[in-house]
Amino acid sequence: MSERANPVERYLRSDRIPHIWCPGCGIGTTVNCFTRAIDESGIPMDRLAVVSGIGCTGRVAGYMHVDSFHTTHGRAIPFATGLKLAAPGMKVVVYSGDGDLFAIGGNHFIHAARRNLDMTVVCVNNLTYGMTGGQLTPTTPEEAIASTSPYGNFEQPFNLPYLAESCGAVYVARWTTYHVTHLKKAMREALLKKGFSFVEVISPCPTLYGRRNRIGDGLDEVKTYKQRSVIRNGAPTSEVSLGMTGPIVVGKFVDRERPTYQDAMDQFYARKLGDRYARASQ
Amino acid sequence: MAQPTRRVRGVVVIHAERCKGCGLCVEFCPTDVLALSPAFTSKGYHPPEVVRGEACSGCDLCGMYCPDFAIYGYRL
Ligand SMILES: Cc1ncc(C[n+]2csc(CCOP(=O)(O)OP(=O)(O)O)c2C)c(N)n1
Ligand code: SF4
Ligand code: SF4
Ligand code: SF4
Ligand SMILES: [Mg+2]
Repeated sequence: MSERANPVERYLRSDRIPHIWCPGCGIGTTVNCFTRAIDESGIPMDRLAVVSGIGCTGRVAGYMHVDSFHTTHGRAIPFATGLKLAAPGMKVVVYSGDGDLFAIGGNHFIHAARRNLDMTVVCVNNLTYGMTGGQLTPTTPEEAIASTSPYGNFEQPFNLPYLAESCGAVYVARWTTYHVTHLKKAMREALLKKGFSFVEVISPCPTLYGRRNRIGDGLDEVKTYKQRSVIRNGAPTSEVSLGMTGPIVVGKFVDRERPTYQDAMDQFYARKLGDRYARASQ
Repeated sequence: MAQPTRRVRGVVVIHAERCKGCGLCVEFCPTDVLALSPAFTSKGYHPPEVVRGEACSGCDLCGMYCPDFAIYGYRL
């Protein structure tokens, strides 16, 4: 009997594997869920583009065997915006880290959500700048030790689902790398949702976050997700902020309808200009 | 004594040279099919080995967890 292939394989640039991610890093787990979600969504590989910024998570674009682009730090969303507007038939996914998307790239995120651009953003939130040595990011919990906060963090972090909802995202979910089947389902729903969809994945960076915060290795951290997580679909996003201890609220928080940027533009100019308006999107 | 025969439901495939020994597959296999082997890969990690193959359902949870794309399961 011939062996069946790993379902992730056809989405990988296999010549680049083994990848650079550390033992127990959660990014690869998110990629498994993502590729299975693509399979289930029925979106053909040649209609999918994956765009990343810089960071360990940013490597995802380089490992995926689809149209992909590894942009400069923080600029995945502007690149993806141009791509989507120029090629409206493509499903565009931005796949990047918490630092990339919410520190240097934070402004792009809020405006893409505000405009309801038709794209999916997946944030692998490992609560730190993994690639550059474990510095504080806008999502590092209070009290957490980072290389730039050796006594612990005193800043209030972003609550990403709350930020995404407030800015206008039409789909918002959070899972951890413990919740692989839920995460796959959320990614599939996000891929099929029209408008700006956002999936946050809490994920271990054992090398630069877990070890420094005495959580242990990657497996130990995933076990803490199992212990600490509480599934609350539909929870008000204002109530889902993360601390060093206490519950990690996970679930689908937002699923609503709103005209996309492209639809709003078409409707608006059709009303203003009538026959003189040539639609860009088709 | 003859053992009652149970139909084998699933298969798990291990690509040991990709493995980094994190133990996620061993921990989250629902039927305890796997254990980390005392053997080493060429990079010095302990990969998983199948210790209860007959219990594998082919659920592919190991494949969903494995950050290194080094293991997966499928149903027969
Ligand atoms: C303009 C610019 N500034 C800073 C950097 C350095 N840099 C590389 S990756 C990174 C942070 C990545 O953090 P995150 O997005 O959370 O990804 P992770 O590595 O944690 O997955 C930074 C600051 C850069 N490459 N370019
Ligand atoms: S530094 Fe952290 S985020 Fe980067 S590969 Fe290692 S464990 Fe993963
Ligand atoms: S396929 Fe499922 S049952 Fe089989 S080894 Fe993997 S996790 Fe265990
Ligand atoms: S999950 Fe993957 S990398 Fe981790 S021990 Fe199992 S096979 Fe190895
Ligand atoms: Mg990060």
